[in-house]
Amino acid sequence: MEKLVIANKEFESRLFLGTGKFSSYDLMEKSILASASELVTVALKRVNLTEGENDTILSHLNHEHINLLPNTSGVRNAKEAVFAAELAREALETNWLKLEIHPDPKYLLPDPIETLKAAEELVKKGFIVLPYINADPVICKRLEDVGTAAVMPLGSPIGTNKGLETLAMLKIIIAQSNIPVVIDAGIGSPSHAAQAMEIGADAVLVNTAIAVSQNPVEMAEAFKLATIAGRMAYEAKLGKVNEKAEASSPLTQFLS
Amino acid sequence: MNTNFSDIAKQFDWEEITRSIYSKTSTDVEAALNNLTPTLEDFKALLSPAAENYLEEMAQKSQYLTKERFGNTIQMYIPFYLSNECQNICTYCGFSLDVKIPRKTLTDNEIIEEAKAIKKLGYDHVLLVTGEANKTVGVDYLKNAIRLIKPYFSQISIEVQPIETEEYQTLVEEGLHAVLVYQETYHKENYKIHHPKGKKSNYEYRLETPERLGKAGIHKMGLGILIGLEDWRTDSFFCAAHLNYLEKKFWQTRYSISFPRLRPHAGGTKLKSVITDKQLVQLICAYRIFNQELELSMSTRESENFRNNIIKLGITSISADSKTEPGGYNKPKEALEQFEIDDKRSTEEFANIIKQQGYEPVFKDWDKVLQ
Repeated sequence: MEKLVIANKEFESRLFLGTGKFSSYDLMEKSILASASELVTVALKRVNLTEGENDTILSHLNHEHINLLPNTSGVRNAKEAVFAAELAREALETNWLKLEIHPDPKYLLPDPIETLKAAEELVKKGFIVLPYINADPVICKRLEDVGTAAVMPLGSPIGTNKGLETLAMLKIIIAQSNIPVVIDAGIGSPSHAAQAMEIGADAVLVNTAIAVSQNPVEMAEAFKLATIAGRMAYEAKLGKVNEKAEASSPLTQFLS
Repeated sequence: MNTNFSDIAKQFDWEEITRSIYSKTSTDVEAALNNLTPTLEDFKALLSPAAENYLEEMAQKSQYLTKERFGNTIQMYIPFYLSNECQNICTYCGFSLDVKIPRKTLTDNEIIEEAKAIKKLGYDHVLLVTGEANKTVGVDYLKNAIRLIKPYFSQISIEVQPIETEEYQTLVEEGLHAVLVYQETYHKENYKIHHPKGKKSNYEYRLETPERLGKAGIHKMGLGILIGLEDWRTDSFFCAAHLNYLEKKFWQTRYSISFPRLRPHAGGTKLKSVITDKQLVQLICAYRIFNQELELSMSTRESENFRNNIIKLGITSISADSKTEPGGYNKPKEALEQFEIDDKRSTEEFANIIKQQGYEPVFKDWDKVLQ
C-alpha cells in the first residue's frame, strides 16, 4: 500500500482518531493503540497547557508512533483560532494544527469564511494546517490555494454517524485536490470508512463511532481493517458499476 | 427578526397549554418518540401524564441520544457563593430580604482564599452565585471578582441578578463564559406573588434577560424554572418554547437547562406543584429527546441515590461537594446557606461513582485562551 504523505511526513496508517467521548483515558489509549493510528487530534481546551506531558490526556498519548494534532475546538472566529493555535504550538511543541472554527454550537458546522481567513494567516506563521471544512469543492480549492497541508471535509454533521451524506461533493473534492483529502465527521461505521477510502480519500478521521461503541477497542481495530481494505481496493482499481450485466468471458470474441 | 420572546409568550395561554398537555394520549407519546426532529407539540406529549407509562423507553432513548452527542463523559462544576446579601423578597428563597440570617459578602482576600480552597478540590469550572444587592454586589463587584479568580479557573459562569447588555459585555470581556438565569415561573400573574418586592419582581425584565445575554455575545446561557412554584409541566413547556426561540436567534450560543426543585429552607412556603422523582426523570428525558444538543445540569439538591442513577439518563454536567454559603469552602458556616444540600459526598467519592458507571468525569473542557 502507498504511504500517506502530509507535509512531507509519511504515515503508514490512513486512520486518524479523535480523543473525545471515551469513558476513560485508559480506554482511549487502548483504542488508539488498537487502531494503529499515527495521528490523533486533541482539543486544546481539554488539555492543561501548563502541565505539558504530565497532563492527564497527553500522558496517555505518549507513544513514539503517535503524533499529536491539536485542534481549536471552541473558537468562534479567525482571531481566536490564531491565538489558540499559537498557544498550542508553544505548549505542545508541534506546528501541526487541526483548524476547527464552528461558531454554531448546535450542529458544529465549520464557518468557511473565518476558516479561510485563519488558514491563510496560520500558514504564513509556519503552521501545518489541516482545516475542518464543509464538503464544498470551491472552499477546499481556496484552502489549498492559501497553502493548507490537507483539507478535511465532513461526511455528515459531526457525531451523527450518518456516513458520507455529502458523497457527490466529496467525489468532486477528491477529483480536484492536489493535497490530501481527509474525510472528517459523520463516519459512523467501518463500512463508511472503507467507502471513503474506495472513493479515493487519502485518510479518514473517526471519533464518536469508536468512543461511544460498546467495545471501543474492538471497534478501533475494525476501523483499522476497514480503512486498509478500502485503500487496498482503491489501489487495486475497483471495477466500474454498470447498469446491465457484463460477461467476464465475452461471447463474440471468436469473431475478431 | 425584531420580535422578542415576550411577544411570542403572549400567543400562549397558560390554561390552554395546560389543557393541551394533560389531554395528550399514548398515540401522541409514541409519535413523539418516533419523530426524528421533535416539535414543541411532541415535547408536550413527552411531558404529559400519558408519557409516564413510557418512562423506560424515554430513558433508553435519552441515554442513546446523550451518548451520541456528549460521549461517555460528565462535566464537573462547583458553585462559588460570593454573597448572600439580597434586596428581593422571594417567597421560596433562603437569601430573601425578610429571612433573618447573617449577611456576608466576600472581600478580595476572602475571594482569593475561597478560590484556592475550591481549586484544591480539583475544580476548573466554577459558577459564581450571589443574591441581588446592587449597591454592594453590583457589576463592579462581579468584574473585580472575575478578575481575582481568573488565574485559578478555566471557565467562569455566574448565577446573579439580571443586568444590562453592556454590563454583560463588560463581564464577557473579563472572561465570563456563561450566565444562568432562571425565569423561576413563566406564569406572569403568579410570578408577582412569588416575587412581591425588589428589582426581581419585574417579570418582563427577567424574561428579556436571555435576549440581552444573546446580544452581549455570551458563550452559554442556562435557562430553567423553579420546580414547585407552578405546574411544572406547563412551566417547562414555556421554557422549551423560550429555548427554541433563542436557539434560532442567537445561534452562536450554547444552552443549558437546570432542574432546581424547591427544598426546605429558612423561608418555608408550601409547594404548589410537587414533582416526584419519576416525573423529574421524565422531564429530563423529555428535554433530551426534544433537543439532543442541550446541556442538562444537576446540582447537589438531589439525593445520593437519585444523582447516582441520573448520570446515565441524559445529564451532561453535575456539581458535587457544594457549599451554598459565601466562604463555605474555606470556612464553613451553615447559618449563612441558601439551601441545605442533600448529597454531601466528596468530589473524589462522587467522581468514583461516575467512573463506576462508565463515564469519565471531565474537570477541564475550556481554556482561558478561548476568551
